[in-house]
Amino acid sequence: MNKPNMSNLKNPMPCQEPQIRNKNFDEVALGYGEETAVSEALRCLNCKNMPCVQGCPVNIHIPAFIEKIKECDFEGAYEIISQSSSLPAVCGRVCPQEKQCEANCVRGIKGESVGIGRLERFVADWHNAHSQTAPINIASNGHKVAIIGSGPSGLTCAGDLARMGYKVSVFEALHTAGGVLVYGIPEFRLPKKIVQKEIDNLCAMGVEINTNIIIGKTLTVDELFEMGFEAVFIGSGAGLPSFMGIKGETLKGVYSANEFLTRSNLMKSYLENPTTPIMKGGKVAVVGGGNVAMDAARTAMRLGAEKVYIVYRRSMDELPARKEEVEHAIEEGVEFMLLNNPIEILGDDNGFVKAMKCIKMELGEPDERGRRSPVPIENSEFILDTDTVVISIGTSPNPLIKDTTEGLDVNKRGGIIVEENTGATSKVGVFAGGDAVTGAATVISAMGAGKTAAKAIDEYIEKGSRG
Amino acid sequence: MYEIVSKKILNPTVTMMDIKAPLVAKKAQAGQFIILRVDSDGERIPLTVAGFDRTKGTVKIIFQTVGETTLRLSKKNEGEYIEDFAGPLGTPTKTDGLKKVLIVGGGVGCAIALPVAQKLKEQGAAVTSIIGFRNKDLLILEDEFRNSSERLFVMTDDGSYGEKGNVCMPINKMLESGETFDEVITIGPLIMMKFVVEAVRPFGIPCTVSMNPIMIDGTGMCGGCRLSLIEDGKRTVKFACVDGPDFDGYKIDFDEAMSRASMYKDFERHAYEKACNLFKKEANDNE
Repeated sequence: MNKPNMSNLKNPMPCQEPQIRNKNFDEVALGYGEETAVSEALRCLNCKNMPCVQGCPVNIHIPAFIEKIKECDFEGAYEIISQSSSLPAVCGRVCPQEKQCEANCVRGIKGESVGIGRLERFVADWHNAHSQTAPINIASNGHKVAIIGSGPSGLTCAGDLARMGYKVSVFEALHTAGGVLVYGIPEFRLPKKIVQKEIDNLCAMGVEINTNIIIGKTLTVDELFEMGFEAVFIGSGAGLPSFMGIKGETLKGVYSANEFLTRSNLMKSYLENPTTPIMKGGKVAVVGGGNVAMDAARTAMRLGAEKVYIVYRRSMDELPARKEEVEHAIEEGVEFMLLNNPIEILGDDNGFVKAMKCIKMELGEPDERGRRSPVPIENSEFILDTDTVVISIGTSPNPLIKDTTEGLDVNKRGGIIVEENTGATSKVGVFAGGDAVTGAATVISAMGAGKTAAKAIDEYIEKGSRG
Repeated sequence: MYEIVSKKILNPTVTMMDIKAPLVAKKAQAGQFIILRVDSDGERIPLTVAGFDRTKGTVKIIFQTVGETTLRLSKKNEGEYIEDFAGPLGTPTKTDGLKKVLIVGGGVGCAIALPVAQKLKEQGAAVTSIIGFRNKDLLILEDEFRNSSERLFVMTDDGSYGEKGNVCMPINKMLESGETFDEVITIGPLIMMKFVVEAVRPFGIPCTVSMNPIMIDGTGMCGGCRLSLIEDGKRTVKFACVDGPDFDGYKIDFDEAMSRASMYKDFERHAYEKACNLFKKEANDNE
């Protein structure tokens, strides 16, 4: 048996060099090798009370899978993770571990926590490299469930139900499955082949994916019931982009982060001869401080921008983005213009963006959530030269389904109202989860909601068929 | 994959196709649009529905070859397939309660105006139509409009067919002579719709326009299709894909819409020329 590794630091993640990677779309983090993974696993003390598990929205048995890595039983580790998570290769890459499992790690008290996310990714990648997707025969229970949206919550819910024997059909509005994992998160952070592999795994279990179907337009929720589906899960995400409502937002060269990222990721306008155009080059200002803003800024860099700014109205401490993304963005040359707020976008004679008028901000008193709110400093306006502006200040749930589904209650922000423990909505047989409920949040919380709903849907259908 | 059930060339640059898409055909209504991709690496383009056959499960599209994607689409033949076809998107044209309507179509926009005229005729409204083209060679759908209109004016810029002049001439004549309509519905190039709106404005007749801006998803996700409505000096931003494509023409900021439509002009021209050369080369190689 190997000796525990008492190093206070995580094994560093091998990465492409910043000045090389900011010119390509290949994955930034290269992943641990077997030896490094075992060394990192040996930093885990296998605490009895498992504080890390409580930090995980899907309660992966973290110490148990890490024990398997220590024993070099990587497939065994995968089996443990896959009991709780249907998308481990995705979560290992995009979860904000420092706010979840790793935040509770005992090793983090005196040094760095165990690199749980990196180990999860290692295990999933190892499995994907050493296994083949083969059709899996699961005994059918004869019941049909429809899933709306093929993002993290929908895929998770679909996977869990398929494993229980349900005939699951997923309906996706776009031409490719994956939701935000394919249109939003860029290739260099989450390679599309990894998402595709996860989707292939679901299809191998008999999940049917129907693209180009917009629920609320092509079909309605009520029609899904008429088609024989006994329950419906809505995981349609938070697709509607917010704008600032300032002057100049309709100038050419102003994008929502959704549009900018969708053009680059889903429509592949980063390729040499794209069919979908994107404005690139020159100076790019990204407004906002979340993960999406970091993705947009780093994408702009890779598309060949001469300068990329993050314009955020609070300070570094309040940046909502995952820590690693901020660090990577800084290393790659993204400039952070903190405590600044845009007040107008200025155009040239042809209607293209030429600059953005901003005002300096300072932090005032903490608000009810404890976040210090930014206050403009009088007479501090200045002009920032820029050719492209990407607005990344958030998204809200798309109203298409709400508007066409009678009896489905939503809150003021458009989020579908659900019972927390089940995901059940106000409409019988309809469940919901992920950003469609909460507004823009994380991949893993959406997966947690998909999981909760799968269990509740099973109970609902079971009860119905008995009753 | 979606089958091209029939294809007809209407004029040198305009093609009509019926696409097998039963779910879309079942729901489609006049004024709505679809999004398609020709090939697996293609761009997504919106096209307004030009008709549908719910029994056959087909949706009619009529498009002008203006860029790479429409060129590729125009080269596809009956029995071949296109990669993606999603819809129907947007809100249908409101025709409830209309009894006397003036429809003004320009160029390929006539293809979209036709189902609106047909729907109005079906509900018993008296339809007057004006359709305008640059010249006789570009004329489309004359018979179809004649069948669904009580009166039809055909205009060509050069006078090579019908009356010489633009679509505003008969509008001015009718309205100035005191004739009135419940509504004017106009579909065509932005510049034409702008002039139609200005011609109608002094008479206070409601005037609906159909906008077709650049967009990606068509479901409200990208926001690329946003346009401004101006009312009492106040601007509000709307998404054409979900709030439209029909809008109150009096409120639309046409200058902004025209500017935004030209956002990728250079890119589109290059892509189009490249695709043209590619097709020419293929044609030469096959000779």
